[in-house]
Amino acid sequence: MNSIRGAVAALLVIVALLLQLSVFSYFSWDGVVPDLVLLVVVAAALVRGGQFGMVLGFCAGVLLDVVPPADHTAGRWAIALLLAGYVAGRVRPEVGSHQGRPPALTVMATVAGCSFVGTSVFALSGLLLHDGSTGTGSMLEVVGISLVWDVLLTPLVLPWMMALLRRLEPERLRA
Amino acid sequence: MALLSPPPLRSLGKQLSALGRDHPPGAEGLNRRGSLEPKDPRAPKRATLVALLLAGACLITLDQTPALAPVRTIAGDVFGPAESAVSSVARPFTDIPGWFDSRDKLRGDIADLKAQNADLRRQLRITDFGRTRLEEYDGLTRSAATLGYSLVPARVVAYGSAQSFSHTVTIDAGSASGISPDMTVVTGDGLVGRVLRVSRTTATVLLIVDPTSVVGGRVGGSMQVGFVHGSGEVSRGGTLDLELVDQSVAPVKGETVVTWGEGQDAPYVSGVPIGKVTGVFASVRDSSRTVRVQPYVDFGALDVVGVVVPNGTKGDRAVIGPDGKLG
Repeated sequence: MNSIRGAVAALLVIVALLLQLSVFSYFSWDGVVPDLVLLVVVAAALVRGGQFGMVLGFCAGVLLDVVPPADHTAGRWAIALLLAGYVAGRVRPEVGSHQGRPPALTVMATVAGCSFVGTSVFALSGLLLHDGSTGTGSMLEVVGISLVWDVLLTPLVLPWMMALLRRLEPERLRA
Repeated sequence: MALLSPPPLRSLGKQLSALGRDHPPGAEGLNRRGSLEPKDPRAPKRATLVALLLAGACLITLDQTPALAPVRTIAGDVFGPAESAVSSVARPFTDIPGWFDSRDKLRGDIADLKAQNADLRRQLRITDFGRTRLEEYDGLTRSAATLGYSLVPARVVAYGSAQSFSHTVTIDAGSASGISPDMTVVTGDGLVGRVLRVSRTTATVLLIVDPTSVVGGRVGGSMQVGFVHGSGEVSRGGTLDLELVDQSVAPVKGETVVTWGEGQDAPYVSGVPIGKVTGVFASVRDSSRTVRVQPYVDFGALDVVGVVVPNGTKGDRAVIGPDGKLG
């Protein structure tokens, strides 16, 4: 069961990654695409806890770092998504004790927070590493747009992803 | 009721305190709410967080050396075909944004098409003379377009997102088609970029609008040379900045910028059109002059591109020869 859960999460990440790289770019807004991989990580962290969210976030980030056309220093998305998973995991215990399902507004707010944290950590790490030079203005613009994208996509994507992950949860562990 | 307090702020606060905690250990325990609820076994463990953060730092350090190049190649080999497949499945659906074009744009399109129509009708009337002339032009433009080099045709199958702050794309031709790093990538309109790295079936292309991209450029009219780099603007359209070596000359608006270089060892082959000059800005402070260049290639709508390869390249797909014929 445990391995099935891991495999499903990995599959979700890979599908999200391919959609994000090959399909969503056609619907981009100023080049910014919805961060589907981040949404998968947040969903997993909300359902299965921060520990799992962190590990999944790290693995998904490494994929984003090495799968072409990535050209930035590897490890930057890994750290960004790891922290996003951590943040989402910190929200979970509270929402978990509340009749098992986090309220929609909390999920939206979590996605917004995680999107902000993930994208900004990535952007700031670029500044620290001198990896690609972008002005702070356009950086804020990208962070803002991607936050809007992620929140817009949340009601379409997160409910069924969380339902899928929750169905694979053992009954006694359902919070 | 603690649920109803605003979570984003709180999670951010937690985030910041978590970040702060990593360095001075244990100022404030993780189980801050320990008195309110039993400890959740699946709550994030600090040890894992630190371990993964260190692993990330390790990756960053490793990537300063060429140690990760094989990993990237393997990732390209595994995910490249998947990207190609997803992209070709999605192609019919990717026209959907066109449905939402604004009326103004559609009006503009209609006007353009009417003008083209009229032009074509006029050409049709002089068809006999036109046909022979067209053939000549066709041959000329084709050889001009391919610049006497052989091209490997390829399709763009994945875009790097702006969140990654770099402008790169994946194309569906790789080392199996005779492509190797530093080759020039063009379209019929002009210069696209250069190949950064290849896997067997895919290649990663750095677009010239990326802020780290530098191309030797020559202003068509005055033959002045300079360096073209991406201005790093967020939008897909992207603009370029040309820094002239001789700061005293000022190019005229509308002049064409083409690549220069011999193209044997250096990445870019010469004579490929890059874009046209749209404006000149002088900085009083450091008495330098920046020339804004609008690229000919529409980077938001890249699809079929050509990779310039040495004549006589053999690969798993047809190569367009310098004479414009498939070989």
